[in-house]
Amino acid sequence: MLDLSAVGQYYGDHQVLHDITLTVPDGQLLCVVGPSGCGKSTLLRTIAGLLPAREGTVTIDDTPVTGVPDRLAVVFQDYGRSLLPWLTVRDNVALPLRRRGLGRAERRTEADRILDRVGLSGTARRHPWQLSGGMQQRVAIARALVCRPTLLLMDEPFGSLDAQTREDLEDLLLEVHRTDGTTIVFVTHDIDESVYVGDRVVVLTPGPASKIALDLPVRLPGERDQIATRGLPEFVALRAQVGRAVRGQFR
Amino acid sequence: MRDVRAARREFGLGALGVLLAFGVCEAVSRAGIVRRSYLPPASEVLARAAELAGDAAFLDGIGATLRAWALGLGLACVIAVPLGLLLGSVPLVDSAVRAIVEFLRPLPSVALIPLVSLLLGSGSGTEVALIAYACVWPILFNTVYGLGETDPLAKETLRAFGFGRLAVLLRVELPGTAPFIAAGIRISAAVALILAVATELLAGFGEGLGIFIAQAGLATDGTRDVLAGVVWAGALGLVVNGVLVWGERRLFPWTPEHRGADGGGARR
Ligand SMILES: Nc1ncnc2c1ncn2[C@@H]1O[C@H](COP(=O)(O)OP(=O)(O)OP(=O)(O)O)[C@@H](O)[C@H]1O
Ligand SMILES: [Mg+2]
Repeated sequence: MLDLSAVGQYYGDHQVLHDITLTVPDGQLLCVVGPSGCGKSTLLRTIAGLLPAREGTVTIDDTPVTGVPDRLAVVFQDYGRSLLPWLTVRDNVALPLRRRGLGRAERRTEADRILDRVGLSGTARRHPWQLSGGMQQRVAIARALVCRPTLLLMDEPFGSLDAQTREDLEDLLLEVHRTDGTTIVFVTHDIDESVYVGDRVVVLTPGPASKIALDLPVRLPGERDQIATRGLPEFVALRAQVGRAVRGQFR
Repeated sequence: MRDVRAARREFGLGALGVLLAFGVCEAVSRAGIVRRSYLPPASEVLARAAELAGDAAFLDGIGATLRAWALGLGLACVIAVPLGLLLGSVPLVDSAVRAIVEFLRPLPSVALIPLVSLLLGSGSGTEVALIAYACVWPILFNTVYGLGETDPLAKETLRAFGFGRLAVLLRVELPGTAPFIAAGIRISAAVALILAVATELLAGFGEGLGIFIAQAGLATDGTRDVLAGVVWAGALGLVVNGVLVWGERRLFPWTPEHRGADGGGARR
């Protein structure tokens, strides 16, 4: 269980987050939505222990987060810069497995398996800078999924993908979430996407000192399906609710 | 594609420049504008330089110079790279050492030749020490600069996957800095060659390319030999630089300046 209690975060004197209190039960897929610059990435860096909380506490299973938690994986917003250009795509993806004490052959098999799932089986031996932006983004996603994390933080992971690939990866994420029971915090700009993938949507107010504007459980009947789910009256109502919360802030 | 064409053009212009200079030297000498013994025709100098390739004693000298060059450069790498990594990653050490570095750096190495000769004698020890001294700076500064240039997000990525400080240094900072270190070594390689020949010239005895030039300068009508020696020094410099540039291209294809036609992705 991930627990944030009265978290405040700053860059120098500039306050970014104010009084964020959230409890994310194990296996929940939480979507975080909010205007650009409101502090979504900062929230993820705080949870990841990369930027210690200045105010309040972050705990995972009742243990305060002081460093980077175990079995964490992150997909950074700036995926291009977070891939290592001197490693091949396969070695980039296999990198987190080095911390798991797997042998070379096993690392390779695991990396190829996950590359196949994100539709990049042909690119294992190329280098990240030889791929398109959308392909690089999928490499970063594969690298996060490869070590079967228990806590997965994703910062606009589908931002530069075409509609088709994006929908495929949304469904892949839902499948991983269902089968592995991973707790996921998923940041997105896309209101539709937040309602489609999320078990719960949290909307942040615009900065500085962003607070939680809306905390909405998403209950949708049946398995999610790209066409059917998006047409459900429940889906449309939820989307409108999130949309109003985000929009209300721009006035 | 564009790179290849630009390189070819550059090479063509370079060759043209060399030919032009060659022609001017040849003409000036043959026309008798300058006395032949002061400036022999370029063709004679080149012929003599080629002839020296078959001269065992001369080649031994070249060997001695290259040995000192390699030793000095190697020593500089062994000192400068770890020191640079230390300075670049521990700010406290950096502030402590910066004053010393800023004092030593502007001292021209050539001016140190008499001093070091007094301390170490005029043998190859002096030569190697001076080369190493001069070569430390470009490598040191490039290492520190390269470390500063490593992407903070790449480091953060490794930390997020649970890697510790040492792993971040070895897996991100070192490979990211390697192209900068290599460029520093390339700059130092040229400096080392200059220092090797200069030390030999001033020391005046022993063996080496500088000694050859110094002794030819004392002989009557030695200008041709002096110039032939200079041609060798220049050629050595060119070859060394060419090999290092080629090596950098092979080893670090990912750097923005080496990414060729097949690097289509959007980074940054
Ligand atoms: N390293 C930093 N130093 C200083 N200020 C920063 C730093 N990173 C972010 N900020 C500031 O903190 C605020 C929140 O930034 P953050 O990146 O968390 O926003 P975001 O919600 O992720 O935005 P976007 O949707 O555009 O990615 C912004 O005002 C930004 O200018
Ligand atoms: Mg962001």
